[in-house]
Amino acid sequence: MSNKNLKDYWKRNLLYLVILLSIWFLCSYGAGIIWKDSLDSIRFGGFKLGFWFAQQGSIYVFCILIFVYVWLMNKLDKEYDVHED
Amino acid sequence: MDVKMWTYLIVGLTFALYIGIAIWSRAGSTKEFYVAGGGVSPLANGMATAADWMSAASFISMAGIISFAGYDGAVYLMGWTGGYVLLALLLAPYLRKFGKFTVPDFIGDRYYSNTARTVAVICALIVSFTYVAGQMRGVGLVFSRFLEISIEWGVVVGMVIVFFYAVLGGMKGITYTQVAQYCVLIFAYMVPAIFISLALTGNAFPQIGFGSTLNDGSGVYLLDKLDGLNQELGFAAYTDGTKSMVDVFAITFALMVGTAGLPHVIVRFFTVPKVKDARQSAGYALLFIAILYTTAPAVAAFARTNMINTVSNKEYATMPEWFKKWELTKLIKFEDKNGDGKIQYLKDKETNELTVDNDIMVLANPEIAGLPNWVIALVAAGGLAAALSTAAGLLLVISTSISHDLIKKQLNPNISEKNELLWARIAAGLAIVIAGYFGINPPGFVAAVVALAFGLAAASFFPAIILGIFSKRMNMQGAVAGMIVGITLMIFYMLKFKFGIFDGGKDAVAGLAKSWWFGISPEGFGTVAMLANFAVAWAVSFMTPPPPAHVQQIVEDIRIPRGAGEAHAH
Repeated sequence: MSNKNLKDYWKRNLLYLVILLSIWFLCSYGAGIIWKDSLDSIRFGGFKLGFWFAQQGSIYVFCILIFVYVWLMNKLDKEYDVHED
Repeated sequence: MDVKMWTYLIVGLTFALYIGIAIWSRAGSTKEFYVAGGGVSPLANGMATAADWMSAASFISMAGIISFAGYDGAVYLMGWTGGYVLLALLLAPYLRKFGKFTVPDFIGDRYYSNTARTVAVICALIVSFTYVAGQMRGVGLVFSRFLEISIEWGVVVGMVIVFFYAVLGGMKGITYTQVAQYCVLIFAYMVPAIFISLALTGNAFPQIGFGSTLNDGSGVYLLDKLDGLNQELGFAAYTDGTKSMVDVFAITFALMVGTAGLPHVIVRFFTVPKVKDARQSAGYALLFIAILYTTAPAVAAFARTNMINTVSNKEYATMPEWFKKWELTKLIKFEDKNGDGKIQYLKDKETNELTVDNDIMVLANPEIAGLPNWVIALVAAGGLAAALSTAAGLLLVISTSISHDLIKKQLNPNISEKNELLWARIAAGLAIVIAGYFGINPPGFVAAVVALAFGLAAASFFPAIILGIFSKRMNMQGAVAGMIVGITLMIFYMLKFKFGIFDGGKDAVAGLAKSWWFGISPEGFGTVAMLANFAVAWAVSFMTPPPPAHVQQIVEDIRIPRGAGEAHAH
């Protein structure tokens, strides 16, 4: 594989990382900690939203993020022909 | 059948299962011993990782801690799951592509230095030993309460079982027993949680019951009720917590980064065949972990509601049988300060009459909720599965560090495969004996240090690995300086603010909280030490020559998945 392609592949990978990790940060540190108090004024069922993000929501988002990453990278690997099989 | 019979039956069956798997999956080569031959499927590896990761602390203590801490408990929930995102996105695929056996292998090769390798080995040993002692203690606790044998004998039985499958089977035996242990522990955690959720809220899903109204016809939401109960007794509202925002932030971050830097977790990703599988199995691992981690806060809230309703302002004489049983283990203590024969459970230390240990919330939960005897026995088996699976994973890291990273890579590179395997088994055996000793005679600092192990991992490994993958310019001088500064700073802060070494010992610790740097507790300081590690590594690397060409080639190489093949030794 040429150097140019390798660079592009790596750049796309980094872009995915920045986007996914921003979401990771926003829903845990953002919604669950920094904006917890203001989000708590919003309620659904018995949950205050900030509290829910801190004790439930962020964990669901973490799971989804990893599977989205797996899907994106598998596609990217094929696109740049660096996949293993 | 009574609880004791049920416990013997269920625990006995699970132990027979673990030993059966151990005999079936004996390791014949170092590769099988270190990385299970590198042929574990991503799904099985996900389960094994989940069991490896979820320790006695997750299973036994976490819901209890959350139960007392309320909102603040979120630091553990987010901290111990969010790390998997970092692991999946930043570490696992690249380390798998690198394809060696251990974390010190990566550090040593990437930074072309045996000094770096040795620093990594020492960090791995410190982290793993403190951790494993806590697991053995958990085994002893479960045995002593449920089988009514002494903690000492409990630990010995646990040692024999772990010895059997860790020493015989190495990573191969451990992986497949961990898969079985995951199934046992998650079943044991969910059954009582579902029962209690149904009883309190009428909803079978604890995650939803957590936010539902109570089943008593009052129409009040469980969490509102709990906020009210807490405040009546003088505690902070359950959904609010008491820690400062900056501290919650720092602790969560230190736990996440520490999780991603723990050697016994990272090494699990060397056991799958491909880079693709490493990514995917991190996803499965978190999914399996999330089942327990989203249930735990619900269990915590249920348990606290049940407990306050059962004990608060009730006659001591009318307490149910479980109360007396747990009093015997000294995990519940009642002192009738005002002599009225009733239990006052209050925030105020002067008038509070009841102390309840974190650890019993999960173990006693089925009894508090009046669940059938077999459920109580199941919880005992689950607690043992959680403790044993983690202990085995840690013991493997310890034995590999010695036989592979020290003996094979440094002291005697010409050692034969057969002898290396023998050394791995001897090291595992010795580590079990030492861990068992600490389980029986826990030094007072174990509990404190387990929490800090994450800070140590965050301050040492994490930056060195990340920089090794994402920066081609990072060199040996930078990485070694960073690791040394990071871990030294962390140890200094721990000694100063957790043990009060420089200010007159344990008694001074509470008063020192006011002078925490940036208002960050020792548990959260790993975040600061990690940043210091990054900064020092970066600065030093720019003042020293870049790494040699072949090392830069390694970095290029680990960034693309193709050609991962199987994990290899050279």
